[in-house]
Amino acid sequence: MRNILTIFRRELAGYFATPLAYVFIVIFLVMAGILTFFVGNFFERGQADLQPFFTFHPWLYVVLIPALSMRLWAEERRSGTIELFLTLPIRMTEAVVGKFLAAWCFAGIALALTFPFWITVNYLGRPDNGVILASYIASWLMAGAVLAVGACISAMTKNQVIAFVVTAALVFVLTVSGSPILLGLFQGWAPEWLIRGVTQMSFLGHFSAITRGVIDTRDLVYFLSVMIAFLGANAILVDLEKAE
Amino acid sequence: MLEIRHLVKCFGPLVAVDDVSFTVSQGEALGFLGPNGAGKSTTMKMITGFLAPSSGTAIICGCDIATQPVAAKKHIGYLPEGAPAYPDMTPGDFLDFIAHIRGFSGGEAKRRIGRVVEMIKIAEVMHQPIETLSKGYRRRVGVAQALLHDPDVLILDEPTDGLDPNQKYEMRKIITAMRPEKAIIISTHLLEEVEAVCSRAIIIARGRVLADGTPTELAERSRHHNAVRVSMAGGVDPNIRAEMAALPGVAAVEPVSDSEGDGLIVFPRGGRPVVAEIADLARGRGWTITSLRVERGRLDDVFREITAAQPEPSPIAAAA
Repeated sequence: MRNILTIFRRELAGYFATPLAYVFIVIFLVMAGILTFFVGNFFERGQADLQPFFTFHPWLYVVLIPALSMRLWAEERRSGTIELFLTLPIRMTEAVVGKFLAAWCFAGIALALTFPFWITVNYLGRPDNGVILASYIASWLMAGAVLAVGACISAMTKNQVIAFVVTAALVFVLTVSGSPILLGLFQGWAPEWLIRGVTQMSFLGHFSAITRGVIDTRDLVYFLSVMIAFLGANAILVDLEKAE
Repeated sequence: MLEIRHLVKCFGPLVAVDDVSFTVSQGEALGFLGPNGAGKSTTMKMITGFLAPSSGTAIICGCDIATQPVAAKKHIGYLPEGAPAYPDMTPGDFLDFIAHIRGFSGGEAKRRIGRVVEMIKIAEVMHQPIETLSKGYRRRVGVAQALLHDPDVLILDEPTDGLDPNQKYEMRKIITAMRPEKAIIISTHLLEEVEAVCSRAIIIARGRVLADGTPTELAERSRHHNAVRVSMAGGVDPNIRAEMAALPGVAAVEPVSDSEGDGLIVFPRGGRPVVAEIADLARGRGWTITSLRVERGRLDDVFREITAAQPEPSPIAAAA
């Protein structure tokens, strides 16, 4: 636990030691703003809620979160620090969890910095703040799931660009798997259970479920199990690939 | 303190380390020698628990690296090849991180960091990002990191690579000073370093241990052991060379031309001292000897002989 905290602190400080943190936060906020106000028609809708804001989060995450996760292990492998890191008296799970939590916490900081949207909507009207809170939680959970996928992919390569592209592609597939785009591929030949299974796997489905204001255990369990599964794979992959 | 038992590492069809066994006890500094790609670094990576061996294991202070990795790693200070460190951290933050991972915090961490910083002399760069440091400073930060917890077993992969002669001297002094309390393994391809700091040397090539002994014992295997270098007033003429070669204890006489000028090297038969015979001969013939020196033997000769006897590593081995 102590080691997790030490690794967490080092990793989190690492984000702020380079311009990455600031670039990421600024771009995240600007893009969230553009999508909310121009694409989501925040004002024209005339409703005091943050739905146009949260609707675009999954798509923002497809592009932006892989930029956070790509360096997690790929950078350690490229620079050789992985040899130093993994010969310290720590367990693999501590290493994986410490790194992941730092990235997740950083995503949480970026998300928390969108609070002006919340202030704006409260100034303009009387939104359901419970729904907004649930939506924030959904968004953060989804960010965590995407980060876990990204951490896992990052462990497979020394090349951050490859880590970015592969993560973005995989996360895109996981996000749209419930949408008509992907389901169209299955319809007509795949059995009903498979289609339902694919739909169930979708980030988007579980994300939208929570943003409606109800934190259902099933959605919670879904996101947490995605994180655990990918982090588990992450630990195994680091072990297998570290020597390459 | 450190026991290596039949370590084997295969990468696919390539056997990088082939049944390496040795022990290092407290007070010993083991020089790990070998050509590039010989398996030195791979062996060190297995001892420190970075790579899982294909078979065999290493016991560090009673802890098996395979079954009790965390306990074993606590006893080890390790400088990996190339002294990797997080480039965007400063040495101060980096050592603080290592101190916390090693279980020190607060005043204890500060005290330990202060101790290694003073020992390794990196105080003046403590607040610069590691990526901006010179190669020598980076190497020293890596060594400082390895020494922070005052480990029983110290494993240093090329600790003086990139250091200037003064820094090399300092580093060797530090290692020598620590030797009595620790078991140390140093990989290097600088043979003078082995003679300077190591109490024992192992020569490894193509993954196998080919020689194991004190640097002096290894040097005695050299044909230069007990050879005599002679210079004479007026140079050497062929008759003198022939007369020397005719001495019973002499195996061969070769002319040399080096920084000391022209001269002869007289190689003895079977490494037995031959200097007295040469001196007697010179006195009898009235030659004026300007210098006469007995050589102890050259580690680099032994190294070349032992490792060159092996076939060249295949391209795959070289790449690995």
